[in-house]
Amino acid sequence: MAEQSTITFIITRQNDPNSDPYEETFNIPYRKNMNVISGLMEIQKNPVNANGEKTTPVMWDMNCLEEVCGACSMVINGTARQSCAALVDTLEQPIRLEPMSTFPVVRDLIVDRERMFDALKQVKAWIPIDGTHDLGPGPRMPEKKRQWAYELSKCMTCGVCLEACPNVNDKSNFIGPAAISQARLFNAHPTGEMNASDRLEGLMDEGGISGCGNSQNCVQVCPKGIPLTTSIAAMNRATNIQAFKNFFGSDNAH
Amino acid sequence: MAGQREYFYRRLHSLLGVVPIGIFLVQHLVVNHFAVYGEESFNTAAGFMGNLPFVLLLEIFIIYLPILYHAILGVYIALTANYSLKNYGYFRNWMFALQRITGLITLVFIAWHVWETRVQIGLGNAEVEYSLMEGILSSPFMLWFYLIGVISTVFHFANGLWSFCVSWGITQSQKSQRVLTYVTVFVFLAVSYLGVRTIIQFAFGV
Repeated sequence: MAEQSTITFIITRQNDPNSDPYEETFNIPYRKNMNVISGLMEIQKNPVNANGEKTTPVMWDMNCLEEVCGACSMVINGTARQSCAALVDTLEQPIRLEPMSTFPVVRDLIVDRERMFDALKQVKAWIPIDGTHDLGPGPRMPEKKRQWAYELSKCMTCGVCLEACPNVNDKSNFIGPAAISQARLFNAHPTGEMNASDRLEGLMDEGGISGCGNSQNCVQVCPKGIPLTTSIAAMNRATNIQAFKNFFGSDNAH
Repeated sequence: MAGQREYFYRRLHSLLGVVPIGIFLVQHLVVNHFAVYGEESFNTAAGFMGNLPFVLLLEIFIIYLPILYHAILGVYIALTANYSLKNYGYFRNWMFALQRITGLITLVFIAWHVWETRVQIGLGNAEVEYSLMEGILSSPFMLWFYLIGVISTVFHFANGLWSFCVSWGITQSQKSQRVLTYVTVFVFLAVSYLGVRTIIQFAFGV
């Protein structure tokens, strides 16, 4: 393993939200079973670039380190994914790290994913249960449906599907696949269903579901294997029916 | 409702691509295919279409306005997408890009095709006749222009059928979408055959 004694990272860095990005190369000692984050930790310990110059440590975002929280998403060798689950042994060298281009950069590899949370607000991706009095237990959910809905609930708002989507960019206001699938999740819930039309109206608003161009990159890159394109098609059907109800004035247009 | 204008425009765009534009496209290529059975046969069929009652109204509402709307919004859609085939070279991403590229090619082709045929006929410079197309397609450049134009139009239609079925929520599951891919490939091949066969007839008389 002599040739593996060092590994090289080429990192796209940015000092603050308004400054220009630049590339910096780092050589760090190889250890067995490293992931990208442990490489970044090495740089943090000894922030010296490949030219031997002392520099500022590279900043990144992380939390759970087991591909559940979505915080450490970045573009690794051209593809967006979680850096905690990106094993160095499986990556082509040099390893290129960039922040996800869909989101505004805070610093280095840290991005601001607030637009995803705004999208969840647009589609009302929650279940309103608060009342002025105890509303009692909600309706029961069939076990089979719960198992199915659990798959949709795995979304960790990591932003990888937005990064891979050709229609989520600064020329369009498309909210992206994640929120569309979340609207489906909450509309499938027996209590959430009571506010189904509110979420569908959100999906029909500006930047909503009609921004989807069916490139289906989202379902290919989703680290949680969520059937995003099935969700989008299902919500297409639901919003179309809602639109007809709204226009023609059916009693069901609640 | 005011905030939902974009949704309505995009759904109308999707619908118009199939009804009436897609139906017109297939009808147009089927009628043109009469050329294969001989000059007489084509002139009779084209003459029947050209002499339909209220033909100008039919053309305006079934052909010109829908295509104009579909084209203008389509160019906007094509220009507001990012193309990411290098890093995300999946089949559907290729179809996504090709759908937009063929849309632009088709727009150029249709604009020229309408100018050269329908507009010239309207100005009295030409007649709806076998010889008109025979003359146009005798030039090798125009032959290639028409081949590329027709194939890209048919691709845009066939792949558009696929995304129409997703946008209207008809095919939701992965399986149904996969089967629809095969169906639309067949539609592409079959309708392309109609168009290309007719072009060969006009260009080479066989």
